[in-house]
Amino acid sequence: MNGAEIRSAVEELIAAYVTAIDDGRLEEWPEFFTDDCVYRIVPRENDAQGLPLAIMNCESRAALCDRISAYRKANLFAPNAYRHMLGPVRITDEGGGEVRARTNYALFRTALDPVGYGASELFSVGEYRDRIVMVGGATRFREKLVIADTCRIQTLLATPI
Amino acid sequence: MTINRAFEAGLSAPASGWPADGESAVPYRVFVDPAIHQLEQERVFRGPTWNYVAMEAEVPGPGDFKANFVGDTPVVVTRGRDGRLHGFVNRCAHRGALVCRELRGNSSTHVCIYHQWSYDCEGNLIGVPFRHGIEGRGGYEEGFRTAEHGLRKLRAAAYRGLVFVSFSDDAPELEEYLGVVARQWIDRTLGRPVRILGYSRQVIDANWKLYAENVRDPYHGSLLHLFNATFGIARSSQQGGVSMDPGGGHNVIHARRRDARDETLAYAREKVRSYQKGFSLADPSLLRGRPDPGIETSTSIQSVFPTLVIQQIANSLATRQILPRGPRRLELISTFFAYADDDPEMIAIRLRQANLAGPAGYISMEDGYAIELVQQAIESGQDGSSFVELGGCEVESQDNLVTEASIRGFWHCYRGLMARGA
Repeated sequence: MNGAEIRSAVEELIAAYVTAIDDGRLEEWPEFFTDDCVYRIVPRENDAQGLPLAIMNCESRAALCDRISAYRKANLFAPNAYRHMLGPVRITDEGGGEVRARTNYALFRTALDPVGYGASELFSVGEYRDRIVMVGGATRFREKLVIADTCRIQTLLATPI
Repeated sequence: MTINRAFEAGLSAPASGWPADGESAVPYRVFVDPAIHQLEQERVFRGPTWNYVAMEAEVPGPGDFKANFVGDTPVVVTRGRDGRLHGFVNRCAHRGALVCRELRGNSSTHVCIYHQWSYDCEGNLIGVPFRHGIEGRGGYEEGFRTAEHGLRKLRAAAYRGLVFVSFSDDAPELEEYLGVVARQWIDRTLGRPVRILGYSRQVIDANWKLYAENVRDPYHGSLLHLFNATFGIARSSQQGGVSMDPGGGHNVIHARRRDARDETLAYAREKVRSYQKGFSLADPSLLRGRPDPGIETSTSIQSVFPTLVIQQIANSLATRQILPRGPRRLELISTFFAYADDDPEMIAIRLRQANLAGPAGYISMEDGYAIELVQQAIESGQDGSSFVELGGCEVESQDNLVTEASIRGFWHCYRGLMARGA
C-alpha cells in the first residue's frame, strides 16, 4: 500500500471502531483488535507521571470479550448512549508492518435513565495512541491506549472508549 | 448556634427518624440537608477526627507537598526539611486566597500569588512584601508580627505510610484514634514499604455518607455485583465477617475461602465457572494471582472513620479517599499501590486485577450507580428513613456477612460526634 492507502485504511479503522461503539454493537468491539492486543484506558494524570495504572486494562482479545460479556450479563449501570467525536488522525510512525497514530477524541454520554433522560454531557476527552497492523488483509489494533484527560469520571465507566 | 439547635431539635428526636436508642434506622434528611452538611464540617471534619490525606510514598522527600481537602476545607500536607510531616489549611492568612495551586510538587516555600505572602513548609509566614511600606509610607504598623499570621496549622501524623491530619487538639494521638482493630488490619496490608501504581477518580452524585455505608455493607456484595456470581467467583462457601472497633466507626469487611488450600491461589483454581449458566472468563489471567504474605483474605475492605477506605481485592491494593463535594456529591479518589519489593510479574498481576476495582471495576462500578439511585429517590423524601436491622440491631463485630452491624457502627460514631456540641 502506498502512503495514501495506508492513511485511508487507518482512518477507516478508527472511524469504524467508534461507530461500532456508538451504535452499541459492542460484540464487534473485540474484532477490531489482534488476538494478542493491548487495550488500556489510562488517566492522563498517571501517564504524565509515568505511573502504569489503567482503569480498564485488557491484555488480550479474550479479555476484551470478557469486558463485553460482563457488560451484557453482569455489570449494572444507568442506560446511556455514547457519541464519539474524532479529531484528525496523525500518523506518527510507520514501518515494520505497523503504523502508529494519534487521534484526539471527545466522548459525549447521553443519559437514558428516567431521571436524566436525554441530557448529554462531555464524558471524556483525550487521545487514542494506536499501533495498527494488517492481519489477513484487514487493519487491526495491536495496541490501543486511550489517554484520558478526563481523570474524574462521572459515576462509572462501563462502555469502552 | 441556630444550626446546632436545628440538629438537636430535629435529628436527635425520635420523630425525625433516628431511633431513640440504637442505629437501626437513618433519616434520609442526613443525606440531603445543607445545614447538616455544614454542621459536619465543624463536628466531623474539623472535629476530633483524623482525616486521611496522602500516602507517605507521595511525599517522600523534604519539600514534597500534596494538596487535598478535609471536608470542604482545602489543606496541604508537606514534608519539612526536618523530614517531619506538616499540614496546614490552604488559605492565605492575609485575604484568604488558595496558596498552593498545584496538586502535588516540591517546594521549600509556598507563595500566595495575590500579594506574594510567602510561607515555609510548615505554614509559617516568612515574607510580606512592602511590610514597612515604601519610603516610610504605608505598610504594616510596628506591632505586626509574622508569627501571628501564619497559615492555620493542622496536626499531621502517619501510621504505616498513611498520612492523616487533624484540626482538633481534642483528637487522641493517631495510633490511639485508630485503635487496636484498625491498626491490626493496617499492619497487615501496609506492613511493607509501598510504591504508587497510579490513581483513579470518580465523582458520584450522592452524599458522602451513602458511600461510607456502602463500603461497610457486606450484604450487597453478591447481590449488586453480579460479576462474581455470573462468573462463579464468589461461592457460597466463602466465609467472612465484620470486625470493628468499640466506637463502631472503623470497620473491616473480610472474606476468605473456606478451604485453606484454596486461599493461596485465590480465584485461579476456581476456573471461574458459573454455577448458573456455565459462563467463564475467556481470559482467566485476570484472576490468576499470587498470595501476598500475611494476607489470607480474598477480599478485605477496611474503613477508617470518617473517609478512608483500604481495599484488598485479591492482589489489588488501594486506598480510597471519600471526599464530600457538597451534600449531594462526593469524589472518590483511589490510590493503587504495590509493595516496593514486588517483582515485575507481581506488578503486572496487580495492574490486571485493578480491573476489579475503581470506576470501571468489574465488582465496584455498581456502587456509584446504586448510591446515586438512593440519592435520586430520597431527594423528596425528607421524612423517610432507611431500615438497617440486618443481623439485628447490635453494633459489634460479626462472624458472618449477612449483617449491617458495620453500617450501624458508622452511624454510632457519627451520631456521637454530631451530638457532641461545639
